[in-house]
Amino acid sequence: MLPSSRSEILHEPVAADVAPAEPGAMHDTRPARLADEPKALRECLKVDHLSLFYGEKQALFNVNMSIPEKRVTAFIGPSGCGKSTLLRCCNRLNELIDGVRIEGAIELQGQNIYAPGTDITNLRRRVGMVFQKPNPFPKSIYENVAYGLRLQGISNRRVLDRAVEQALRAAALWDEVRDRVHESALGLSGGQQQRLVIARAIAIEPEVLLLDEPASALDPISTLKIEELIYELKANYTIVIVTHNMQQAARVSDYTAFMYLGNLVEFGETKTLFTTPRQKQTEDYITGRYG
Amino acid sequence: MAISRTHHISQQFDKELEDIRSRVLAMGGLVEEHLAQVLEAMTRPNLELAEYVAASDFKVNNMEVEIDAECTAILLRRQPAASDLRLVLAISKVITDLERVGDETKKVARVVMNMVSTGSPRSYYTGVLSMGHHVRRMLRAALDAFARMDSRAALAVAHEDQEVDKEMEAVMRQLITYMMEDPRSIRGVLDAVLAVRAFERIGDHADNICENAIFMVEGKDVRHVALEEIEQELNRSRE
Repeated sequence: MLPSSRSEILHEPVAADVAPAEPGAMHDTRPARLADEPKALRECLKVDHLSLFYGEKQALFNVNMSIPEKRVTAFIGPSGCGKSTLLRCCNRLNELIDGVRIEGAIELQGQNIYAPGTDITNLRRRVGMVFQKPNPFPKSIYENVAYGLRLQGISNRRVLDRAVEQALRAAALWDEVRDRVHESALGLSGGQQQRLVIARAIAIEPEVLLLDEPASALDPISTLKIEELIYELKANYTIVIVTHNMQQAARVSDYTAFMYLGNLVEFGETKTLFTTPRQKQTEDYITGRYG
Repeated sequence: MAISRTHHISQQFDKELEDIRSRVLAMGGLVEEHLAQVLEAMTRPNLELAEYVAASDFKVNNMEVEIDAECTAILLRRQPAASDLRLVLAISKVITDLERVGDETKKVARVVMNMVSTGSPRSYYTGVLSMGHHVRRMLRAALDAFARMDSRAALAVAHEDQEVDKEMEAVMRQLITYMMEDPRSIRGVLDAVLAVRAFERIGDHADNICENAIFMVEGKDVRHVALEEIEQELNRSRE
């Protein structure tokens, strides 16, 4: 439809004020619109002029975006475009790599997570992460989920029992494992392990869940279960997902960011980006054309 | 983002899209040919030609079914996005409009058959014919705009539909005058009214085709939007 007169919402996801890092890399400066959103969205994560260097090589070029709270935001783009790098910046995982230098800031609920004195353990409690390959600990299902809580010093059995059940229910795994929570997590199928890892991540009640290709190692049914789970989890969590599967991005996300060669090319509502992208690079990528 | 002209990584996908595009144009060509023939049959008048047109509508129907199946297959196999998705969606709607144009043309063919068998005076059909030629030009322009992916041209055709509506009013006034002057003309004039209605509907379908062309090219849904607004919007997207 033609743009409605509905007022634009503050802090809309928008790749604004980005200086093109190379000729031809156009950036979208128009705010996206929210046709069907009755309530204004709150900003959860704000990426502010973020650049990242692996040694001499620059991997992210002055990225700006505003990730809304309790919505699913997908990062798409070809391999090496910087989407996983950007995701890992959101809980400072990149610092574990030698020679990484970061400029700019990422704000979580208004606080710069790169400010000196930031408690990284606390940051990673607030911003949980799930990787491509399920990585349960070689412990029981129960202990996997209780692990983060125990780290926080919680040892009351009843509290733990309730938290474990809640997390497993939230991860849509409880019904499948309720009779064997004390058996080894390694006996679960790949899809179940991935949901267990998500349960482990949400047991400590983070604000943000970062998912790095969470379904790419799973079969189609397990993939659908993870997607269904993402859909349910967004009621309580801000979710950021990196995926190579564009149909998956179109299915699960509310907002999509297309990245190319370390630049944020376009960011907007998923349904707009997949039907009427504004940038030719986005169009060519999502339609599978030569650039 | 306008239609992308670069090739897909999958050349087979390019072929599939090109195939439905050219089939729609072939279907449009056939529909337009039938309309031209029915107008000719009305002018002369020519019973055989009218019968031929009425009997040929099935070809148009078959084309609709085939192209629709092809669209479904592309959606299933390719899960198209962006301009590809808009192309498939637009084609799927345009063929519905073309099929309806075929139905309306068939109605006119029946009117001509009646007109010949009852020997209605040709004077009833002067205004009707002029309107028929008008919507035929409009349909051709709409199909051209769709084929060339030209949203400007599509908008121009949409303007034309308003002219057709005005013309219909004038023709109807004239036909009502005939009926008031001589009640014995009513039967014959009512046939002419049916033809007027059919031509007016064809104009509407041509208008729909243009809206789909604009949707396909510009990604903007302009149904039920005032022409002036569409114009402003197209200008804005060109800035």
